[in-house]
Amino acid sequence: MSILNWTYLFVGLSFSLYLFIAWRVRVKDTRGFYVAGRDVPAYANGMATAADWMSAASFISMAGLISTMGYAGSVYLMGWTGGFVLLALCLAPYLRKMGHYTVPEFIGDRYESNTARVIAIICAVFISFTYVAGQMRGVGVVFSRFLNVDISTGVFIGMFIVFIYATLGGMKGITWTQVAQYWVLITAFLVPTIAISIQLTGHIVPSMGMGATLIEPSVVGQTNFLLNALDGTLTDFGWHAYTEAFEGKWSKFNVFATALTLMVGTAGLPHVIVRFYTVKNVQAARWSAFWALLFISILYLSAPSLASFSRYYMIHTLNGSSSESLPSWFHSWEKTGLILWLDDGDGIVRYSGDQTNEIFRSGKMGAKELESIKDQHQTWLTSGTQSGIDGRQLLLNKQLSGPDRDIIMLAAPEMASLSNWIIAFVAAGGLAAALSTASGLLLVISSSIANDLYYRTLNPKASQKNQLLVGRATIAIAVVIAGYFGLNPPGFVGQVVAFAFGLASASFFPAILLGIFNQRVGTIPAICGMLSGISLTAYYIIHCVFLNGERWTLGVIENGITPEAFGMIGMLVNFTLVILLTPFFSPPSDRIKAKIQAVRSPEA
Amino acid sequence: MNHPNTPSPSSPNPNSNINTQKTQNSYWNKNLKIMSLLLFCWFFFSLGCGVLWVDFLNQWTIPGTGFKLGFWFAQQGSIIAFVVIVFIYALLMNRADKAENHSNLNA
Repeated sequence: MSILNWTYLFVGLSFSLYLFIAWRVRVKDTRGFYVAGRDVPAYANGMATAADWMSAASFISMAGLISTMGYAGSVYLMGWTGGFVLLALCLAPYLRKMGHYTVPEFIGDRYESNTARVIAIICAVFISFTYVAGQMRGVGVVFSRFLNVDISTGVFIGMFIVFIYATLGGMKGITWTQVAQYWVLITAFLVPTIAISIQLTGHIVPSMGMGATLIEPSVVGQTNFLLNALDGTLTDFGWHAYTEAFEGKWSKFNVFATALTLMVGTAGLPHVIVRFYTVKNVQAARWSAFWALLFISILYLSAPSLASFSRYYMIHTLNGSSSESLPSWFHSWEKTGLILWLDDGDGIVRYSGDQTNEIFRSGKMGAKELESIKDQHQTWLTSGTQSGIDGRQLLLNKQLSGPDRDIIMLAAPEMASLSNWIIAFVAAGGLAAALSTASGLLLVISSSIANDLYYRTLNPKASQKNQLLVGRATIAIAVVIAGYFGLNPPGFVGQVVAFAFGLASASFFPAILLGIFNQRVGTIPAICGMLSGISLTAYYIIHCVFLNGERWTLGVIENGITPEAFGMIGMLVNFTLVILLTPFFSPPSDRIKAKIQAVRSPEA
Repeated sequence: MNHPNTPSPSSPNPNSNINTQKTQNSYWNKNLKIMSLLLFCWFFFSLGCGVLWVDFLNQWTIPGTGFKLGFWFAQQGSIIAFVVIVFIYALLMNRADKAENHSNLNA
């Protein structure tokens, strides 16, 4: 059977499974719709949280990102797992004990203010939309690359599937489909990674393989540890060594601040927090945080291995090849523009980190523009550099050197020369990762608007039936908006993610933490803290990313603060302001104080 | 920055029983002790070993492997530490909950 047929089979099967689960657990009340009836077992909630958390970006792009970044890629590894420690120790158990449905609900009730509630709603909705647009795009990309359909057709199919199972089953439907999606995505990630590990190092466990010796050492007589060989090869070809810390814009300060921002942002992301509302009690919330992190760590411990394996493999296969000897995965992904070869005239491929590099990607360039660059380059070659333009220089200036990072995961099964059906399974895995995250986010949008804005702020007398209707309608509208952004992605999706984490760390995390651990903080300091954190972070990111403003050095930081790292500053400003203002304003009411006291005692 | 506010005498107490108040405080203090110890480990193994002291630790290699120590902490060790930390927290706190409820019943 061909790859295409296998892909249709796997995608069809997995989608039917998700719809079947949604039908089996469809819900009729708001408790089921928002918090899955609060009876999800800890281990199942752990799997659902893991699938919820691991997005299209984790599955498709992260290994490739680490592969090009080397040591600096650790910020994603540490940031996106370390946040769960903060979540498990500082937030999840207490939030569960408070017994709300959503994060804005906690903030509105704890600080006794609808203003605080509305600020939280705006943040939650903004963060979720930023994120969900990327997921919808991810669905479209997987469809177009594996099934040869339009990106738009892919986005429509994804919208349709998510719409059905999210409106039908609410949180309950989402939870159990996410459990299934976890297994699809983790298997799809591990199989090719293990295969490459065995091929290069002979180790079954990829994280061991990363530290092991190569089966075929590249240079005779050298120590043949994979990482040593990789460091050597990279410096030979004009890059920085893979394991070398702090290079370029990734100064020590920026690595530290970015990792911390991602950790705190992870702990403050509403779609992750809300998962802990679905378990039976506080004890289960603690265990499910452990299960979630354990299930996530399986992917996060393998991703850096895949990153180093494929970087090594790619450099060694591409360099020195001629057009006849290029591997077949090169040709199949060349069609998609993820990888390009513009020869310098000698007929031999050179993939390096300097001016002599011949491997590029097409990025967001249109087909026409790419064709004209290729034509010009051909003229330049045949005329002996007399006429035409050197395409390599053009692409270098456009910062399109090297293959697209997504190729690392997408082409992994082919690099490991695995059979067709595994390649198809990776497609199903990518879709599972994108859909599971999208559905969790859509539910947050729906609950923020239907529960917090409609029921708690605008119409407190609304009946259960009415609330459910508004909840389902909001999901429908949110799916359409998300689909629109998936079809017409704002050109800066990548940078916008910095926004989501920056805002989450500058708004939710301090507000929730102080709300639990400091009984004295009242309404006004909390609102001031959130507003200042959000606006400062938003200002800096817009200033750097969209207005190309200069990065702040604050007089001490080399190369300035990167926008991704700024969430840490926003968080510190929020904390400081709240603590400074608190003594001057009234404390919360006795009712709230009693509530906080109750949260601090063990559950009977 | 997130120090506990042990309830001041003036603050109203949901449980008028003084004994319950005492056990509640000791439970909360125990929680804070476990939490701060584990948060210290969290910082030490990730932002500490993986970022702040990575250059220093990189002078050693884990025996029998190609991992430089600091690099290993940044890409693998920190994640393993996180899983262990959350496991210990769940274990200790759930045990503390049980002990607390037990002693309340006996009181």
